Amino acid sequence: MIQIERLEKRYGKFQVLRGVNLSFDLNQVVALVGPNASGKTTLIKCLLGMVIPDGGSIKFAGNDIEGDVTYKRKIGYMPQIGRYPDNMRMGYLFEMMKDLGRTRTEGQFDLELVEAFKLGEMFRKPMRALSGGTRQKVSAALAFLFNPDVIILDEPTAGLDPLASEILKQKIRKAKVAGKLVLVTSHIMSEVEEIAEKIAYIVEGEALFYKSIAEIKTETGASKLSQALFHLLQ
Amino acid sequence: MSKIIKYVLHDIFRNRILLAYVILLSISSFGLFMMNEDVSKGLSSLLTVLLIVVPLVSILFTTIYFFNSYEFIELLVAQPLKRKDILLGVYAGVSVSLLAAFLLGIGLPVIMFENSAVGWQFIISGSLLTLGFVSLAFLSSVITRDKTRGIGIAMLLWFYFTLIFDGVVLMVLFAFTDYPLEKFTIFLSCLNPVDLARIMVLLKMDISALLGYTGAVFNQFFGSSLGIVLSITVMVLWIVVPILFAVRIFNKKNL
Repeated sequence: MIQIERLEKRYGKFQVLRGVNLSFDLNQVVALVGPNASGKTTLIKCLLGMVIPDGGSIKFAGNDIEGDVTYKRKIGYMPQIGRYPDNMRMGYLFEMMKDLGRTRTEGQFDLELVEAFKLGEMFRKPMRALSGGTRQKVSAALAFLFNPDVIILDEPTAGLDPLASEILKQKIRKAKVAGKLVLVTSHIMSEVEEIAEKIAYIVEGEALFYKSIAEIKTETGASKLSQALFHLLQ
Repeated sequence: MSKIIKYVLHDIFRNRILLAYVILLSISSFGLFMMNEDVSKGLSSLLTVLLIVVPLVSILFTTIYFFNSYEFIELLVAQPLKRKDILLGVYAGVSVSLLAAFLLGIGLPVIMFENSAVGWQFIISGSLLTLGFVSLAFLSSVITRDKTRGIGIAMLLWFYFTLIFDGVVLMVLFAFTDYPLEKFTIFLSCLNPVDLARIMVLLKMDISALLGYTGAVFNQFFGSSLGIVLSITVMVLWIVVPILFAVRIFNKKNL
């Protein structure tokens, strides 16, 4: 579904991505893992066309995404920090997003998360009055709203309460069963182990390895993913 | 794009600063018209407001609004929408709002007191000035990520066009008094939309004392109507060119 080839990005002197090669297929959950500032978020933003890469290519369903926006109809994105217009009421935000994306799903919206997070009760509140966790819930609900083939979640459970993160994890599993591709970044290895089957480990703008979790575990003989990664990186 | 305009308008029309701007303009226009016995005196006093306050509020409000809507713009960029449509949508929304504020605060009183060619010329140049400074504000907003720097650039542009430019022109003219500078002066005025707006109004008002050096030459060289056609064309360029540059920069910008 997504092929990334020799992707490069630099901000001034700082080279964030140094030739990343990765490819993701439908029907899987892939975790992007790596230290802080390793380039995970930049990689995701390149996928979404929010950051323009300096070199390399990204293909979505076989087509180069450069200069194209239509491919984004098939992507749902939950940013690391969901920032929304301060004065907009939550209900209005959802109406606006539905209105702007009307052609994406022929009026069929996935409101499961809106209901599970009980967001409807807060529809009258302006976005600035919401707590960080509630904003995360809004971001998550928006990512799934259009029932997209590809769902990209940037640290989805950071700031969510235990119940909410369980709801979200269940939603991710459900999406996988429905044959979608879910890309997740996370620093919580137990969580990655729960939801993902493959890991792309990114360090200093390069994909160090890209393996299934089962493979990593048998290679290292460790029972927990966090220990296995620790062995692998030593 | 029309949907984006709709949401920007929905957002701006509840903005208190815009309301304050309308009230400020109304008070100064009605005040100046009622204080002066002679309507044309009122109009020439209002010209100062037009040339100083309108550009300042247009460029500052737009820049601040742009940076406050950064989240909204980011949200839209992740959606299947063209960047060009997003930026032009926001531009159209802001332009329509500021234009409406100008027409309500100055346009309406001017028509009430001075419904003549001069009055209409006044409104047209104010409208073009508003749109031009919104355009310049977008340019100064997209070339930086930082709100403070963006506002700084906007302020600098305003300073340049309203204060510094005249000084530079005078200095140039003073230094080269021995040469025939008529054509060159006309070229110089085209470099400043505020100067053009002033000339446009004054050519109609026929107060040569207020025209300044560039305006006097303009009047002499072109005669009224051709001068106005030329200055409107150049003012439209001042609207179109900055926003086109802004779109080009925004297309390559990392969010």
